[in-house]
Amino acid sequence: MSFPAAARLTLRDTQLRRNLAKATSTIREKRARAVGELDDWEALREAGEAIKAYTMATLDEQLERLEASVTRAGGTVHWARDGAEANAIVAGIARGQGAREVIKVKSLATDEIGLNKALEAEGISAIETDLAELIIQLAHDRQSHILVPAIHRNRAEIRALFERTIAAGRQLGDEAAAIADAARLHLREKFLSVPVAVSGANFGVAETGTVVVVESEGNGRMCITLPEVLITVMGIEKVLPRWRDLEVFLQLLPRSSTAERMNPYTSLWTGVREGDGPREFHLVLLDGGRTDVLADPIGRQALHCIRCSACLNVCPVYERVGGQAYESVYPGPIGAILTPQLRGLENAPTLPWASSLCGACYEVCPVRIDIPRVLVHLRERVVREVKSPIAPEALAMRAAGAAFASRGRYERAQRLARFGRGPLARAAIPGWTAMRDLPEPPKETFREWFRAR
Amino acid sequence: MRLALFVTCFNDTLFPATGRAVVELLERLGHEVEFPFEQTCCGQMHGNSGYAAQAEPLLERFGRVFADHEVIVSPSASCVAFVRDRRPELSGRLFELTEFLVDELGVIDVGASFPHRVTLHPTCHSLRLLGVGDRPRRLLEAVRGIELVPLPAAEECCGFGGTFAVKNADTSMAMLSDKLRRVLDTGAEVCTAADNSCLMHIGGALSRQRAGVRTLHLAEILAAQE
Repeated sequence: MSFPAAARLTLRDTQLRRNLAKATSTIREKRARAVGELDDWEALREAGEAIKAYTMATLDEQLERLEASVTRAGGTVHWARDGAEANAIVAGIARGQGAREVIKVKSLATDEIGLNKALEAEGISAIETDLAELIIQLAHDRQSHILVPAIHRNRAEIRALFERTIAAGRQLGDEAAAIADAARLHLREKFLSVPVAVSGANFGVAETGTVVVVESEGNGRMCITLPEVLITVMGIEKVLPRWRDLEVFLQLLPRSSTAERMNPYTSLWTGVREGDGPREFHLVLLDGGRTDVLADPIGRQALHCIRCSACLNVCPVYERVGGQAYESVYPGPIGAILTPQLRGLENAPTLPWASSLCGACYEVCPVRIDIPRVLVHLRERVVREVKSPIAPEALAMRAAGAAFASRGRYERAQRLARFGRGPLARAAIPGWTAMRDLPEPPKETFREWFRAR
Repeated sequence: MRLALFVTCFNDTLFPATGRAVVELLERLGHEVEFPFEQTCCGQMHGNSGYAAQAEPLLERFGRVFADHEVIVSPSASCVAFVRDRRPELSGRLFELTEFLVDELGVIDVGASFPHRVTLHPTCHSLRLLGVGDRPRRLLEAVRGIELVPLPAAEECCGFGGTFAVKNADTSMAMLSDKLRRVLDTGAEVCTAADNSCLMHIGGALSRQRAGVRTLHLAEILAAQE
């Protein structure tokens, strides 16, 4: 579905509108306060941007360093060209362990490649252990936020869902803690019994081979320490050259995403260690269209994203349409520039227009991704590479361009516009007047007044 | 000072009163306003919509038309932001009206009188692309008789966004609904901004709702002597 069509549907969901408006306005204010505490926030953003730009410029080298470091530390590195390859690798490892179930740390990369479905086809069920991901999984719903996938659900809806599923037959009451406890009970059993875990990665340090997961609930810590085998699926853009780069990102990420000075759980692991944690560690490095994105000198900055979701929380479009209208695991402003590049412009041609170019996203992005600039760049590419040059819009734009190119034609067009008859007016007016009045046409143009004075 | 007015195609055609107000205001402050008649459009609509092949010649044209003018003033934050971004070499000579008044002329009190209750929509491109900050508010505060009331969540987009308002009309309207609610809550009689594009959007819906609130470009308030 096109973005405007999908948005038309989600805009009608009054519960979604209310939940999102409340949630995003709260987190917006909290983020602003958390960021305001740091005198060097702008310098940190610049450092984050510089490290990411350097990483992308040397990506091949960094990935080989990462592979060598992980291997040296006792891990195994797998290279996956696309989602299908990555899924097959994960399924193969799980099958090799005879696993019927795997537990999962919240991971966008595995959502992107549809890992859960692929495992299900192999008879392996993937159990989400992040609270919000669990809610989505139990409700057979789709995520609507990068960090808070169930942001469109409120407490009453979640209680009802749990009472239907993992807490069947029990009355959970109205307290958030009691509702969360039902999930805790359900998950503890899984943590202690399932032998294989799958995670994503926030960062992978090339220098040391260390993989980092940043989280709030502690479920990730359980998943990466208790099972026998740990498999991490990591997008290749998540590599960082040096250990000390973490200093920058571990400040930028929590303040931008949850408005915390530091998130509750930061787990770092380097390969395997005798008698401590998993005895097998597999790192699956996923391309999945990322090297194509890297080839676009303007669009590639979308790969700098650290998935904090600050841009979603400030976006006036996202706040109203919700994440599902973007039809991708990456919604909001970052999704509008990432999804079309990862999937190919022809497969998401309306997403670059899912923005009023208000610039709020760029203002908060912790790694200074100039999202409005990339949006405009992708619009240019869609116009050039995907759209028909004889589509009504393209013809109207060309006609307007020709009119503006000469004073004579422009002044004649002005006279037409006064009566609402220009080609551009004809194309644009129905969309406009469905909901708004047009201004009264003035009796004379400015230039006519200026000439006559 | 002699300066050239870039009125913008939008104001020239649809909102000539804004251009007249800029001329009257700057002349009242003792300056000489020229209007290069060859000017048409800066290319913003094409540029922001992805039609670079049409935007580039218009930017070229803009550069030629204003080549001999030392100072160019425009009552549109979004057009100024677009030209500065695409033609950085023009940045030093091209000013948005409130920037020009406050920074170049050093005036806050422009001698206006406007005895009405007014709220200011700061506009995304004024705030985030140009960084005009509180200049529009300071200029309005110095107007005699004005009752300036703050607009809640003022920095949030009204939902115009050029062709966005038509291509994503439903989302645009959902954004506008919230903006309208806040404008109406202020009890203002006039909603003003430094850009008529946002105002055409906000004003079009206020008019449709018969809301009893009108939109007026900031230049028209600064020119007023009621």
